[in-house]
Amino acid sequence: MRVAGKGQVDRKHPVSFTFDGHTVQGFAGDTVASALLANDIKLVARSFKYHRPRGVMGAGSEEASALVTVGRGAKQDPNVRATVQEIYDGLEVRSQNRWPSLDVDLLAINDLAAPFLGAGFYYKTFMWPKAFWERVYEPIIRRSAGLGALSGEHNEDLYEKAFAFCDVLVIGAGPAGLMAALTAARAGADVLLADEDSVLGGRLNGEREEIDGIPASEWAADVVDELAAMPNVRLMPRTTVTGAYDQGTYGALERVSHHLSDASGRPLECFRRIVAKRTILCAGAIERPIAFKNNDRPGIMGAAAVRTYLHRYGVAPGRAVTVFTNNDDGHRTARDLKAAGVHVTAVLDSRKDGPDGQGYPVIRGAEVCDTGGRKALESVSYRTVSGEEKLGTDCLAVSGGWNPSVHLTCHMNGRPEWREDIQSFGPVEGMVPGMTTAGACNGTFSTLGALKEGAEKAKEAVEALGFEVGFADLPSAEDAPYNMEPLWAVAGRGRAWLDFQNDVTVKDVKQAATENFRSVEHMKRYTTQGMAPDQGKNSNMGALAVLADATGRGIPETGTTTFRPPFVPVSIAAMGAGGQGIGFAPERFTTSHEASVTDGAPMVEAGLWYRPSFYPKAGETKWRQSCDREVLMVRNAVGVCDVSTLGKIDIQGPDAGALLDFVYTNTFSTLKVGKVRYGLMLREDGMVMDDGTTARLGEEHYLMTTTTAGAGPVMRHLEYVHQCLRPDLDVSMVSATEQWAQFAVAGPKSRELLAQLVDEEIDNARFPFMGCGEITVGGVSGRLFRISFSGEHAYEIAVPARYGESLYHALVEKAAALGGGAYGMEALNVLRIEKGLITHSEVHGRTTAFDIGMERMVSPKKDCIGKTMSERPGLYGDEREQLVGLKPVGAVKQLTAGAHLYEVDAEPVRENGQGYTTSVGFSPTLESFLGLAFLRNGRARHGEQVMMVDHLRGVTARCEVCDPVFFDPDGGRMRG
Amino acid sequence: MRLTCPYCGERDRREFYYLGDAGALNRPDPEASDVEWDEYLHNRDNPAGVTRDLWYHEGGCGAWIVVTRNTLTHEVLATELASDVKGASA
Repeated sequence: MRVAGKGQVDRKHPVSFTFDGHTVQGFAGDTVASALLANDIKLVARSFKYHRPRGVMGAGSEEASALVTVGRGAKQDPNVRATVQEIYDGLEVRSQNRWPSLDVDLLAINDLAAPFLGAGFYYKTFMWPKAFWERVYEPIIRRSAGLGALSGEHNEDLYEKAFAFCDVLVIGAGPAGLMAALTAARAGADVLLADEDSVLGGRLNGEREEIDGIPASEWAADVVDELAAMPNVRLMPRTTVTGAYDQGTYGALERVSHHLSDASGRPLECFRRIVAKRTILCAGAIERPIAFKNNDRPGIMGAAAVRTYLHRYGVAPGRAVTVFTNNDDGHRTARDLKAAGVHVTAVLDSRKDGPDGQGYPVIRGAEVCDTGGRKALESVSYRTVSGEEKLGTDCLAVSGGWNPSVHLTCHMNGRPEWREDIQSFGPVEGMVPGMTTAGACNGTFSTLGALKEGAEKAKEAVEALGFEVGFADLPSAEDAPYNMEPLWAVAGRGRAWLDFQNDVTVKDVKQAATENFRSVEHMKRYTTQGMAPDQGKNSNMGALAVLADATGRGIPETGTTTFRPPFVPVSIAAMGAGGQGIGFAPERFTTSHEASVTDGAPMVEAGLWYRPSFYPKAGETKWRQSCDREVLMVRNAVGVCDVSTLGKIDIQGPDAGALLDFVYTNTFSTLKVGKVRYGLMLREDGMVMDDGTTARLGEEHYLMTTTTAGAGPVMRHLEYVHQCLRPDLDVSMVSATEQWAQFAVAGPKSRELLAQLVDEEIDNARFPFMGCGEITVGGVSGRLFRISFSGEHAYEIAVPARYGESLYHALVEKAAALGGGAYGMEALNVLRIEKGLITHSEVHGRTTAFDIGMERMVSPKKDCIGKTMSERPGLYGDEREQLVGLKPVGAVKQLTAGAHLYEVDAEPVRENGQGYTTSVGFSPTLESFLGLAFLRNGRARHGEQVMMVDHLRGVTARCEVCDPVFFDPDGGRMRG
Repeated sequence: MRLTCPYCGERDRREFYYLGDAGALNRPDPEASDVEWDEYLHNRDNPAGVTRDLWYHEGGCGAWIVVTRNTLTHEVLATELASDVKGASA
């Protein structure tokens, strides 16, 4: 129920949303949890395994019980913590893990079967038959136990990734964090203050206390205002720092628009990588529960959470509240409720020396031993030396003390240290380089202590960065000592929950110890304690204490499990933001892309590039028709093809030739200016890396072309060879792939076509085969290379990329007038197979220069990368599979790539393998399928017959082995 | 992880390409023994502690960098231009 005059919610702005279809009223500033509690809705969830009725337990991101599903359809978001989700008009919230409804959940039968469903139940029960593991058991278990469900539809929500940099990252905006940020910011440091909550201030918004004589929440708001006005401060509310990584890098999840009904184009979440020179962790502490029989009923909550609902949201979670505590904090809850006019039944203090009540009864030395009420708490039974008593109550506020939130300090393998004084694990300085801790996460629990430590740690941090910190007065604040007497679990029969989220009880942990799962890591995995979405934030310490007790060890000896990122669940969609659909990989388009698409060419991916497969003409219904036409068009007239995707590396300097001599097997320093040479490049292990042509444009100026796939790796390789192996060479290089648009103009009429566009005369004297030079095309400076990948008289013409589109249009138009046109990758492939020219299908990383018949290109006169290793035994000789051509000569006329080769009468099994096909295509020129293949000792076997067997596609073809150059073997056409 | 490029300053590791052990700088003479070439090409230590390796600032200036780092603590102890390291040893 709402409490008049309390809370920071905006009572002038009512908000309505739905919960399981029922309309619920709240106010702007409410969370789903606070609004439900304000409407006395106690039952909000069903537990993971036993389907026990559950309510809201906490008020923060560590919430273990109130998980709900938000939204519907593709936008459905399961397992949202009701304590974090802010409400807005139209928000749709549903309970989960129940059937048919939250109120009547038939799977609650599991609760009755609880004696059989303890730790290790699955391992012991579903053992055989093995065939049932995946087909029967798993689907049943998954249906009956679990959390919310995804829609199964494609999620079209927008997510984002971003980087941020700062001098000082302050994590958490409670008293320590605000003071740290203020101190660092006033010193002039670039400060980033991140907090999970929508409102900064941390516990100051959930307590009734004063700082510097004004209410703590007002003090916090004043500090936030001051920080917000400073240009060197960035405030990041709704941002959870999820992980600490190397060199001051932090992961952070910002909930950008989960709280808005209309995101107006903003992403739902943004995953940030924050890089900070110094970090001050002010993550606070999490109140721990106490295990007792039936401690999971709706209405049993954290005592501090009850104060948060009262002060922050103006909500009393019950009409008659009982407090169960082992420390002074429980009394705070009673005191504040009383002051707000809420009835406090009693404070049950487990200590014998707890403080007196202030207008409410205190029962000392009392322990809660059972609770009553199925779907909402109705009663509490407690035990004292004088016996057992029962109280009627609808809310039990429990405080078992506080655990510092040390999680982030452990993300780089650091181990927290046991602190006797707070009976918990605390951080050790230096666990994460550059990170320090202040306030409650460092075990400093009073407000004044937190303020002081925040200021001091910030001073140290910014002074280390060279900033000067002026003297500042510390505000006055509460400085009460932390009086706590440990109580982890109340003794007695019945189920007492430790891990509410995974339904792990005290009995389960004890059973694990009995069955010799005594190591904390084994206990965790056997019972699944700490493996739920809250990752043990609520249950780890309690479970440890029970295990320590059961095994007769102390807690520090028992140790903790490892805290790993992320601190809160992070959606994969946020971490992989931008990676869906076309965002998966960047797209690179050539300057002729639009023209090709307009002409109906299907585009194929070539790395990140898109290239045209073929250009279908009217009446062509199969790709082969288009391909055959394009091949014959090049052979008989002229074709135009965009080859801009090939890598272009501009190499300049007095030692440019020397570098090329070292990376290529053949010699380039002797190449004449104005000439082009084919080059072969090896890896250091002797295998072929890449090939291409390199032109000498000037005395100290070369232009290398690489394959499309090789552009990046070859650039990296050249820089490696230069910087790491030969820094003595005076040479520089730069990738120019995208700066130039380059088109192949191939066919007997290629010169005739170019003559219409190029200003200069193109003749055999100026542009002989393998010649190159500067030209002008319509006043634009360009380059012309007389090189051929088709075996025809051919050129490649290059202009600066901004002229590419118009040159392409001009080329295709002129080609058409000569009976030619554009050709795509399919035709290009057939043309090169007819000529036995290799691509990465042949030089696939396991072939040597010898294998492809180019061993004579490895110059004996000089060293080069890969030369020594290419001469290793086993990399040359008769046993190697060598490049050959194949033609079908039997009844089956089809060849396939990737098929295996066998002797004609051999059984087609692995042991008899003689080689494999790498590239095949139908040659309209020779009216036959042609194949390139690697065949053992193949060069000596021309004229023999072999069987090509494609086991996958079921094709067997008798082939004749021949030279890989099928067409125009003496090259007269391209030289003419 | 962050690496300090001698030219560009501290950068996210996503800008870099990792090659491997900095022993790659010490390419044997072409006439060196098979054993030396085998060592150079194939055999690598896998130290728990300080190691030196080659990174390429591919998404930046194109510098090859020798990074000295600790595989246990993830500390980056030094970054140097490979050309300087190679030049000094030549």
